[in-house]
Amino acid sequence: MDKNVIPVGPYHPLLEEAEYFTLQVDGETVVDIDLEIGWMHRGHEFISESKTFTQSLYLVERICGICSTSHPLAAVHAMEDVDNIEIPLRARYIRTLVGELERIHSHLLWLGLAGHFIGYDTLWMWAWKYREPVLQMFEIISGNRNHYGMMRVGGVAKDVDPDKIKSLLDIMDEIEKKIQMIAKAANDDPVLKSRLKGVGVLTKKDAVDFCAVGPTARASGVSVDVRKDEPTDAYDLVDFKIIVTENGDVFDKTVVRLLETFESIKICKQCLEKLKTVNGGIRNNVKEISAGEGIGRYEAPRGEVFHYVRTDGTNRPVRHKVRAPSYVNIPTFKASCKGIPVADALITLAAVDPCYCCTERSIKIRDKNNEPYQLDLMKLSREKTEQIRRQMK
Amino acid sequence: MSWYNKRLAKSIWVYHMSASPCNNCDIEILDLLTPKYDVERFGIKLVGSVRHADVILLSGVINQKVAPQVKKIYEQAAKPCFVVGVGTCPASGCCFKDSYNTVKKREDVIPIHLYIPGCPPKPEAMIEGVVKLAGVLNA
Repeated sequence: MDKNVIPVGPYHPLLEEAEYFTLQVDGETVVDIDLEIGWMHRGHEFISESKTFTQSLYLVERICGICSTSHPLAAVHAMEDVDNIEIPLRARYIRTLVGELERIHSHLLWLGLAGHFIGYDTLWMWAWKYREPVLQMFEIISGNRNHYGMMRVGGVAKDVDPDKIKSLLDIMDEIEKKIQMIAKAANDDPVLKSRLKGVGVLTKKDAVDFCAVGPTARASGVSVDVRKDEPTDAYDLVDFKIIVTENGDVFDKTVVRLLETFESIKICKQCLEKLKTVNGGIRNNVKEISAGEGIGRYEAPRGEVFHYVRTDGTNRPVRHKVRAPSYVNIPTFKASCKGIPVADALITLAAVDPCYCCTERSIKIRDKNNEPYQLDLMKLSREKTEQIRRQMK
Repeated sequence: MSWYNKRLAKSIWVYHMSASPCNNCDIEILDLLTPKYDVERFGIKLVGSVRHADVILLSGVINQKVAPQVKKIYEQAAKPCFVVGVGTCPASGCCFKDSYNTVKKREDVIPIHLYIPGCPPKPEAMIEGVVKLAGVLNA
């Protein structure tokens, strides 16, 4: 029997970014799904090699506007890993604070968009209304609502003003109350239950097979979190839990994100309390980074983000590799979207909180005949030898 | 045209087009619609189809792959349709101007009538930009 194909995108009313799905359907049921990406590719890895380390941080911050702490944080971890640079305790707490605030804002953003995707705009307006104080906190701490520019090799760029810690804690209390209200409402909501329960199930086996990370994996019962597995910054000094649920459907992903928000609030409060007493510098002056390679990992709101930096003793990275969490989470669509109705497909696609800006690190070039452009390395090498030989004659 | 523009300025319907941005201007554009800024009280409304739009909010440096689509979408829009470039990316290319994958001249792909610089611009700046556009239309 012929399968029908529904194209979604690249510009679709619901999608925030440009991406192109082809859903193969049999009647109402999705049989297979394919994804074409590359609409957001800007060539970060290439540009980063022509920038100095500090400029490179500015650049990786602009990989994604939603995880704009995670990428610089993973990058500074990688750069510090080359020389095992120590950072001051106060800077560690500030890094953790900013990272966790970002998690709160990202999870609330997702909750709102999930509501928007199922046509439940009330939830969207609510979640985004109570996300506003988080952005206000960012403005107090870093001076900007998004793109904070806080990370530097060896510490952080700005100190948290001790006079403002009390007001920050007050805002934090306010946010916690409001999110508790949303969480309670979302948990009892018949609309959310009927639209999200049992939809787009990702089994534990599939989550492991596709190497899913972050809330996507944790909602399927895989306990994976870089913050606990390989604690950096102040994560070994604060108290928090990893939230793991078993069902793997969209509702569980919502629950994991909401409960994680509370854990993040807990971490933020501990950091702010510590910042009252912990004194000292916020940045070790790093004059140069020697030749070598380093890796940096950080648990972004969507999962583990990984940066690899190779240096040659100059002031710029020779190679800068970025692997974002969505890169491994997006292929789980192949498992979770099969056999569900078309109406549920979009919320399942949105459930892993995909970020295509983070993902697209390479492009495929096609030649004039629309064939993939491939190079025979052996042939190239021989040609080069011939060329040199001719020059030497 | 001025008769039409005056009516258009009363309720500007915007279409959001992301042309390889970093998502940040996009979430700030969505932020405009939510209770804190709530631009619907000025008659500004986000629409799903470009055929209903009076203004296109363009964010991001336009990359080679997305450029033909952006061009196509602008051609589909009912004219007059004004294009507002949100953020530093459409204005100057931000840090991506050295990239191999961005178009060299964004004005060839889509004419941009108004720029709102900032990385990302604050929602207040975006409101001011669109209000300025409405002022020009009213004149």
